[in-house]
Amino acid sequence: MSDMTYRDAINLALREELRRDPTVFILGEDVALYEGSFKVTRGLLAEFGAERVRDTPISENTIIGVAIGAAMGGLRPVAELMTVNFALLAMDQLINHMAKIRYMFGGQTMLPMVVRAPGGGGSQLAAQHSQSLESYFMHCPGIHLAMPATPADAKGLLKTAIRSKNPVMFLEHELLYNSTGSVPDDPEFLVPFGKARVMREGSDVTIVAYSRMAVLALEAAHALEQEGVSCEVIDLRTLAPLDVATIVASSLKTGRAVVVEECCGAAGLGGDIAWRIHAACFESLLAPVKRVSGLDLPMPYSSALEKLCIPQADTIIMAVRDVVNGRT
Amino acid sequence: MEIKLQAILPGQKLMHLYRQMVLSREFEEGCAEQYTKGRITGFLHLYSGQEAVAVGATAGLHHEDYILSAYREHAQAIVRGSDPRRVMAELFGKSTGLCKGKGGSMHLFDPEHNFMGGYAIVGGQLPIAVGLAFSSVYRGEDRITACFFGDGAVNQGTFHESLNWARLWELPVLFICENNFYGIGTEVHRSSALASIHKRTCGYDIPSEKVDGMDVIAVYRAVRHAAELVREQRRPYFIEAVTYRFRGHSMADPAKYRSAAEQSIWKSRDPIPAFAKRLLEESVATETELEGIRRECTELVKEAVQFAETSPWPESSELWDGVYVPDDAVGESDHV
Ligand SMILES: Cc1ncc(C[n+]2csc(CCOP(=O)(O)OP(=O)(O)O)c2C)c(N)n1
Ligand SMILES: [Mg+2]
Repeated sequence: MSDMTYRDAINLALREELRRDPTVFILGEDVALYEGSFKVTRGLLAEFGAERVRDTPISENTIIGVAIGAAMGGLRPVAELMTVNFALLAMDQLINHMAKIRYMFGGQTMLPMVVRAPGGGGSQLAAQHSQSLESYFMHCPGIHLAMPATPADAKGLLKTAIRSKNPVMFLEHELLYNSTGSVPDDPEFLVPFGKARVMREGSDVTIVAYSRMAVLALEAAHALEQEGVSCEVIDLRTLAPLDVATIVASSLKTGRAVVVEECCGAAGLGGDIAWRIHAACFESLLAPVKRVSGLDLPMPYSSALEKLCIPQADTIIMAVRDVVNGRT
Repeated sequence: MEIKLQAILPGQKLMHLYRQMVLSREFEEGCAEQYTKGRITGFLHLYSGQEAVAVGATAGLHHEDYILSAYREHAQAIVRGSDPRRVMAELFGKSTGLCKGKGGSMHLFDPEHNFMGGYAIVGGQLPIAVGLAFSSVYRGEDRITACFFGDGAVNQGTFHESLNWARLWELPVLFICENNFYGIGTEVHRSSALASIHKRTCGYDIPSEKVDGMDVIAVYRAVRHAAELVREQRRPYFIEAVTYRFRGHSMADPAKYRSAAEQSIWKSRDPIPAFAKRLLEESVATETELEGIRRECTELVKEAVQFAETSPWPESSELWDGVYVPDDAVGESDHV
């Protein structure tokens, strides 16, 4: 085990997989010479050369299209979108092509590719640079969607993503890049998809979260312990595939659940998860499932306003209190 | 003076080109009939009139070269080697179809013949072609990638992004624009500021030429030459093949936006009788031989229809197959 940042854990995963498999290559805007706008690809050009770590034009749709073609041709591209906001310029290749190609061609080809993108709010980057778009991708069959919360998961999930034979959206949280944790040194350390992690066991309420929201949920759980409320915290790790079994088992055990999402609440993934809990646990629930979501607003710039739009540990704490006290 | 056909290709090969054009035409006309009978459903875009482009171009490529196209691609797949019976079965939505009934008319795919797909998003195949060409370079393969698209696709962002990228990374892509003068009902000069499409590539420093897309030999020679350049220099090249579709955009389109006079001028240039005439004039074939080919192709299409008709529908148990690769590293998706 080594202590390292989330950023370095991702860098290490890329490095190990580039070393292991010569068909892996990296492409994206400013990923090579500039070493990534969040410096995630630092040192990779130096170690692996310009053949395998490739700067591209600012052409998001074509970055994804080229990765698709390269994957179809037998390579394992890891594309970086500078931020997930720019995935919107690539939605045609992501949704109409990447997610559909295998199925519409009768299973005759596969696309072993990864699309990495930093995202999330909280850095006062305002409306066009602060989005959480995970529900957009979770809504689309044919894509796997990983969103790590910890450095260890960042490494293990990314390595699994690169080795997977399916297209994976790998969404990193910009506010987690500097977070630290211990990460296994084993170059064969892989975290499987579709297996949520129980971050903390508890008996009164289940909190379901992912990415930075899982970190905040854990913080909330510590605080609630002082009030005598015992929270079980589930970090989903991957939203597709979704580990419904773990969510349901925990909700049956505690009888209460709070689902936390950073994305906007309207038609957000939290509603889908809440429904799954209701459908499977209705008889055993002591209270309706509660959702904590980003507000349905374009992100404002001012710090005074921005913090109101993104779920905070306090928001989660209040939601848990409501569920425990039977307030809906 | 025009070069004699047999100075360009041996007689047998010339006859093969004729046969492929006839088969393509017969296949499309057979599709129209089956559509009218309600056996082919969904969108159906026919290639009648444009055969010289697919046939001439494919003959100028190697079999291991990748081909990608749009949704008007039945002929391109068949000419490349796909079994017409399985193409027809795909159009019928049967389980014996090229894509097991999952793709339909607009999404043929046949990796055995390096036919890397028909795509129904205008311009969507261009970046994918660039990526495939990159995979060939990366893997040290000799093959090139030929990417077909229409005159409508040249106003998409992907067109500009892909041309720039292919030249920037020096990738072996042969871009082939089939200019049939219309994107659905919009004539080229109403959608493109510069209607002479091949001239657009100067902005990307990609050499280009215009070729008569109603002349199978002209297309063959242009593509063969271009393909060799692309293969040797590992650089993109661009061909604009000027052609015409004899039918509407799709079976649902009566094509009222084209004058009768315009249509009859182009019909008088039908690539199939034009080539037959040359074959006869230059004594490459006799009328009896050509008639034999036509009958044989009609028969093949009948067989294809018969095969499609008698093939089973996909089972509902196949519904979930092929979304994801079963993958040990990744748990099965949850299909609640
Ligand atoms: C992105 C996108 N926009 C619009 C359409 C609808 N559409 C289908 S075909 C077509 C015209 C394309 O014309 P062209 O590229 O010239 O090809 P042709 O039909 O002439 O072969 C349009 C607008 C589409 N399929 N994809
Ligand atoms: Mg057209």
